[in-house]
Amino acid sequence: MIFNQEIIKPENLVYTKTKVLTDNVMHYCPGCGHGRIHRIVAEVIEEMGIQDKAICIAPVGCSVLAYNYFNVDSLGAAHGRAPALATAIQRLYPDNHVFTYQGDGDLAAIGTAETMHACNRGENIVIIFVNNGIYGMTGGQMAPTTLIGMKTATSPYGRDIHLHGYPLRITELLADLPGTYFITRQSVHTPAAVRKAKKAVEMAFQNQKNKKGTSFIEIVSNCNSGWKMSAPDANKWMEENMFPKYPIGDIKVDGVKVSK
Amino acid sequence: MAKELKLMKGNEAIAEAAIRSGCDGYFGYPITPQSEVMEYLMLEKPWERTGMVVLQAESEVSSINMVYGGAGAGKKVMTSSSSPGISLMQEGLTYLAGAELPCLVVNVVRGGPGLGTIQPSQADYFQATKGGGHGDYQLFVLAPASVQEMYDFVFDAWDIAFKYRNPVMILSDGAIGQVMEKLYVGDYVPRWTEEQIHENAPWAAFGKPATRDHNIITSLELDSAKEEIHNQKLQAKYREMERNEVRFEEINCEDAEYIFVAYGSSARIAQKAIQLGREKGIKVGLLRPITLFPFPTKRLGELSKQVKGMLSVEMSAGQMVTDVRLAAENRCKVEHYGRFGGMIPTPHEVLEAMETKIINA
Repeated sequence: MIFNQEIIKPENLVYTKTKVLTDNVMHYCPGCGHGRIHRIVAEVIEEMGIQDKAICIAPVGCSVLAYNYFNVDSLGAAHGRAPALATAIQRLYPDNHVFTYQGDGDLAAIGTAETMHACNRGENIVIIFVNNGIYGMTGGQMAPTTLIGMKTATSPYGRDIHLHGYPLRITELLADLPGTYFITRQSVHTPAAVRKAKKAVEMAFQNQKNKKGTSFIEIVSNCNSGWKMSAPDANKWMEENMFPKYPIGDIKVDGVKVSK
Repeated sequence: MAKELKLMKGNEAIAEAAIRSGCDGYFGYPITPQSEVMEYLMLEKPWERTGMVVLQAESEVSSINMVYGGAGAGKKVMTSSSSPGISLMQEGLTYLAGAELPCLVVNVVRGGPGLGTIQPSQADYFQATKGGGHGDYQLFVLAPASVQEMYDFVFDAWDIAFKYRNPVMILSDGAIGQVMEKLYVGDYVPRWTEEQIHENAPWAAFGKPATRDHNIITSLELDSAKEEIHNQKLQAKYREMERNEVRFEEINCEDAEYIFVAYGSSARIAQKAIQLGREKGIKVGLLRPITLFPFPTKRLGELSKQVKGMLSVEMSAGQMVTDVRLAAENRCKVEHYGRFGGMIPTPHEVLEAMETKIINA
């Protein structure tokens, strides 16, 4: 019989929370991907030894309180404006590591101009883009990335292209801009996917260290609350419906588009 | 201090002052009649002179949010624009005020509403002095009346912005922005070193050293009770500005029976109207508010006991006049005279307005 006291002995430690995350209890829904995405970003910051250089720009959306969890200096941006804040700070502090953390409504709807132009200028920033196809915080409204036919609070009969237009693949658009150096699409719904996503985050911050330009990581994630499913069902639905529209994998590496 | 005489446009004076006052970053978007600010900076290449960053943004929405980022990181950052562009910046300004970030925003006002005109106007007084965006907040507002003041107020703006952790607006107009006048420029104020930033802006997000907790710049507070306390703190700060920072100029007020109240270009016109009035034997003076917020309410209240009437002269349909009336508290007659839509009144018509609306009314 193994007692708790035995388990928590230092020599038995196999995993610990990175100190780049605070001890605050996260407000995210159980099953949501944000916790895992926060963790891999924070772990990379710790492993690279850049906690004192990292500056987080939080968005408006579910991750509006990201600055309560990332134990780095942080700014909360107005809705969609994170890349503008990041542009200025990175230019004023060229040796720091400024990253934005944004959702699909923030980045691909209200912040489209800021996103496109920051990437087009090749700002030496890291953008973490969490795409779950819905506005989570405000109660599950249609996002620019909502799939055709998908039901949301503002597309209650399903997204109809004649009424709502098409889902936006902004990541593919950004890959066409010469300023972007690294563009990839990842997920965090399985342990293998988490490991791949973490490698991508690491590459992004390394690129930034080497002053290569914009690194952009889309993470396709679930919103089991907004999609009104259990977490396992949401992940299954994501694989079957989101991934065909938003295929996982590198899109642009070292400034060159990956041929498919 | 070594002084050097130059001939410059008001907009160019803003740009030169930015470089010499230790500004770290300028973020802007072209709009008439203030485009010379960024044109001058790009031509001068201040990144070679002082290390100052200059960037043309994709919109005024973006440039004010670049200012928010830079200010939140403890740097002296600014933008400039004209009325329609300043309207776009209102979102950023309320966030800056809410997060208590120091910065400088220059508005070279043109006629509105809408796309309006590119000629001078003072019709953005309400927007500048009563908040402008959503929520209860105040900008600190300086109103230059000459190219020299365009230059000098940039230096003053940094002191006030960092003393109070508040956005400062220089509220100018198309005439002051475009007119060329002589001005004296002085020595360079060096940009802050990283150590000075850490000392002067310990609250800023510039990268967390191991020795302190992480700094968070935000205007969000989900707990209403805490948000009320935050609002009370902001209001206390604005009251402190009213106690300590009111600035105005008086011309010929000692024996005045009537006074003009006017700022910026209108004050220059009123000054000439005083001369014309005095030649006719009318004892007329001028109170020129230099700070529009905080407003010289107390001094105007005192003057309202001395004079028979006040005429607020503005290139607007009558905005500052409401503050003059509040200050005078019905102790004397207060009227407004204005031209708008980009029209500039002449000294003769301003004096005539004093005679018909106040003296002979």
